This record gives sequence, structure tokens and C-alpha cells, in this order.
Amino acid sequence: MLYDQAIFHPAGDRSLVMEFGDGIEPVINARIRLMAKAIETSEEIEIDEIIPTYRSIQIFYSPLTIDVAELIEKLRAIEEALPEDAGSDYRIVSIPTVYGGDFGPDLEHVAEHNGLTPEEVIRIHTGTDYLLYMLGFTPGFSYLGGMSETIATPRLLKPRVKIPAGSVGIAGSQTGVYPIDSPGGWQLIGRTPLKMYDPLAETPVLLKAGDYVRFVAIDQAEYEAIEQQVAQGTYQVSIEQGGELNHGDD
Amino acid sequence: MAMIKIQQSGPLTTIQDKGRYGYMQYGMMPAGAMDELSMYLANLLVGNDPTEAVIEAAYLGPTITFDADEVVAVTGARCTLSLNGEEVPMWRSLSVQAGDVLKLSPVTQGLYVYLAFSRGLDVPLIMGSKSTYLRGKLGGLEGRKLKTGDVIALGEEKRPDPGLMLDPYHLPEFKSKRILRVVLGPQDDYFTEEGITNFLSQDYTITQEADRMGYRLDGEPIAHKAGPDIISDGIAHGTVQVPGNGLPIILLSDRGTTGGYTKIATVIAPDICALVQMPPGSKLNFDAISVEEANAIYRETFGELEKYLIPIEEDAQVIAPEVSESSSVDDGFSAYEVEHDGRKYIIRVKKL
Repeated sequence: MLYDQAIFHPAGDRSLVMEFGDGIEPVINARIRLMAKAIETSEEIEIDEIIPTYRSIQIFYSPLTIDVAELIEKLRAIEEALPEDAGSDYRIVSIPTVYGGDFGPDLEHVAEHNGLTPEEVIRIHTGTDYLLYMLGFTPGFSYLGGMSETIATPRLLKPRVKIPAGSVGIAGSQTGVYPIDSPGGWQLIGRTPLKMYDPLAETPVLLKAGDYVRFVAIDQAEYEAIEQQVAQGTYQVSIEQGGELNHGDD
Repeated sequence: MAMIKIQQSGPLTTIQDKGRYGYMQYGMMPAGAMDELSMYLANLLVGNDPTEAVIEAAYLGPTITFDADEVVAVTGARCTLSLNGEEVPMWRSLSVQAGDVLKLSPVTQGLYVYLAFSRGLDVPLIMGSKSTYLRGKLGGLEGRKLKTGDVIALGEEKRPDPGLMLDPYHLPEFKSKRILRVVLGPQDDYFTEEGITNFLSQDYTITQEADRMGYRLDGEPIAHKAGPDIISDGIAHGTVQVPGNGLPIILLSDRGTTGGYTKIATVIAPDICALVQMPPGSKLNFDAISVEEANAIYRETFGELEKYLIPIEEDAQVIAPEVSESSSVDDGFSAYEVEHDGRKYIIRVKKL
């Protein structure tokens, strides 16, 4: 449930938590997206940075610049001026993905586990736009919500030692992309040639909390072409402002 | 271009600055110096901006040779410092010459020691910071610990020797038992009354599991009302997280940005600097203060860093000191705590 007014929780001498609701819900996250943007663009308030999460925003400030009472007052004013409806102020970011084969060695298993064909798994996985609630854990790791239960599959019993960056996986009813090479137990159904995380790039992390992620099926030739463009820095990631969201069939 | 060479690295020596801030919302943990205040003061002692990158070493600092004249300073944990074999003081601007060898001995009190260079360290800025993030293999020198034989380029501009030293009044005290001031929250309401009482009254001991990521504590478990899990949210520097076993973990420089365990409180910034210098086995108590008090203490500690430093006085004299305590230390010096005009000073003397 979205609170009528955000609740403030202290988090030490240099940060503050502003909590907007009590669960994981798109409506709460939409409010957070609005507030995060308003804080970041406000000229009234001088803060260091924010971490938007599922149901709250953590605000980091310097007591040399502002004290907590003044900060809360200014945040309250920003909150009160927010529009009621978040509207379509979000980005839809397309992630081109090759499904199956060497890139998605567990696609067959995910299909079998759910009594589907691999083609049906791909159709369901690409048919929903996933809300990126927050990033955390490691740089660029996205917590996505909204995957259909019809393709939910438990984690591997034995995690892989190394999963290549860009791998698209399923763990229970979560889906996501591995931003860096890492060990892991997710069922791998595909891989994207996009760099979700590039520490040397001007924008080191492609996605932002509040984005919607749309997986788009491509073939291996397209993968190689995009991979080359990414390496040359010429690839333009497809980012749609607002636009209609896919919610899947169920 | 001026360079330094690491003749002997020490076990955990990295390049750190204030930390990689501004990217936490993307999951980038900030890293940064464990003891911020010692880092700031090391930089001021060489005439730098307080947030310039420094070398941070745990347990044993490096031995370094210089190929150009430079101004350096060493702060933080207590260790014996020698320049070409002759002992020189910590917490003081030191002019060194091309060919000089600066050697740090193992720390005798505290854990993290800081070395600042007036030219700064010429390593790439990644996301606005030179801090080493070891697990992310990023920042500092090639994203790794410094090793014996490394050569590190210094920046362009050597600043004049500012001739400063730490006001002895501010010399850090290394204690094996300390009260840490905390602000309760953001999830203190997830704990039983008895749990909160335990947290604020019992002794907690720093365990062997203490590193740049965090210090795990042992002691009376802190009981949750209904389990340790929350909907994952953000983590601050100094967050005291309490997982299912009820034993607190204080999250430090290499913390993750988000987490799913209850957070009972946050240690205030000045006390984080004291905490990180306490080795495993040290005892802690927690004292809750308000955010307003914590903000005020922050301003008092970090607001005017210059107040910690005084010009080097080679012929300092003590007039009519009232000696309250003396102790012998292993380097041939004796230390006296004296009170004069209502202020306390530590005077170190050596028989010539």
C-alpha cells in the first residue's frame, strides 16, 4: 500500500530513509521514480546522492551543507508538489537477446520444467516489460519485477563457476541479466551483446531504477553485429520514453 | 614525471580517497579510506586538498623510495617511521629528497595507516574516484592491492612544504574498549524492547571477521520481533545490520549498497574513524544519540579540519606543566600527559 505521506526514518548522521509504502508494488515504485527525479533536478536542495529501492529512497547529505530538520522540510515540500499520477514518465529499454543454444543452455530445461516449448518460453519472456525496482548487490545488478509464473523455474542445484556477463537468466520467479562475469545459479536462457555495466563508460550502468526492461529476441548474426557496434561505441540502445507497456497474456 | 617505488608493500596496501560516491544507485559500492579523518589530515599535512588519494595500509605500511623531492605525511595507526634509517615523526609534514627511503614498521596500535604525497597519486579517476574496489577489480592501481616492485606515478605539482604537525591535543587515543555513538534506525522498530536494551547496554566484541567490508561482532544476541528480513533497501556507511543470529555487523567502506537484513542503528562518522582502528578482541558499547546531535558532532569533527594542525614548533617549551600521567614507550621516548590552561597535551621527550 502506498502511504498518504512518506515516512522518514533516521539512518545515521549523513543519511535519511524516506519510505513510501509497505510492499513491492508498481504504484509505490512509480511514486519513488517521480520523487527521485524531483530530488535530482531540484535546485532547492543540496544533497550528495540517493539510492532508490523497492519502497523507499535513501538520501545522503552532508551535515556541513544542510541539517536534518531543513532537509526533511525541503523533501516534504518536494513531495507535496509531486503530481498525483506518475503517468508515463518512464523509459522502456530494449535488451536484444539471443535465446537458447550456447547462449542459453538452460532454455530447454526451463521449457520442460513448465510443460512448454522453448519457443513459448521465449514468447512469454519477451512478451512482458519488466519494472526495474532497484539496482544493488553488484554494480549494474537489476532487481526486475513482473515475470510470468508460467516460466518460473528454481535455481540450478549446482551453481556454475563462471557465467559470462550479459547472460539472461531465471531464478524462481525473478529474471535478470548478469552485469559482470560471475559465479551463479540462475537458469540461463539467453545472452545480450549489450554491456549492462562498463566502468569506463560515461554512463557506467545502462539501466536506472524505474526503467522498464523489454527483452527482444535476436539471432546469432544480429548478436555478432550488435556486439561489434558495442565494441566500437556506435551502438544506439533503443530507449523509448513513455510508450505502451506489454503486460503479457496472463 | 616523479615516481615512487614500493620496495616492500605490506599485506593489504591499497590506494584510497574519500570513495566512489554518486553511483550507489547503480549498485556501485563506494570503497574509500577506512579512517576518513586520518586520510584528510595526511593530505592537509602535505598541502593537498583533503580528499586527494593516499596509500592506505593495514597492519604493515610499505617501504617506499622516491626519485624526486617530495613532501609526505604519515597518519593513522601508530607505527615507527624511518627516513633513510633515522626515525622521523608521524602526523607531520616531511620533506624527502630524491633517493630517500621511507620505511614504515608494523603498526603497534591501531590498524590502518595513511601516506599522503604532495603531488598526489597519478592513477585514473574511475567514476570520479581513485579508490580501489578490490572485489570489483577497479580503481587504484589496476584495481588491486599494491605489491612489492610497483612503481606509481605522482601528479605534476609538488606543493611547498606547509610545515605542519598535528596539534598533540588531537593525537588519537588507541583504546581496546570504546563507546560508539549511534543513531537508532532505520529499522529499530523491528527489534524487541529487550533486544534494543541489549544493544545499548551489553559489551560487544570485534571478531576475527573484520575487514574493509565490515566488522562482525560477538556478544548478547539482539532479538527481532518477527525475523530479520526486510524488503531490501539502502545501506549507509556505519550501518549496524543484525541478521538472523542476532549478532551485529557494522558495515564499512567496502559495503554493498543495498541489503535485505534489519538495520538497528548507524554509527556516526567520527566514531567510524575510531572503530576501524580497533583490532579483533576489542570491546564496544553503543550509545544512542539524536540525529540533530549527530549532525552537530559531524560539523564539529569535519567542519574545520585545519583546527587539528599547528605549525611545527621545533623549540616548543612547556611552561609549568602539571604532569598527570606518564608512560614509557618502546621507541626511547617517554610520553607525558600535561594540562596547561585547561587543555590537555601529550609531550614526548627523549634523553639526548
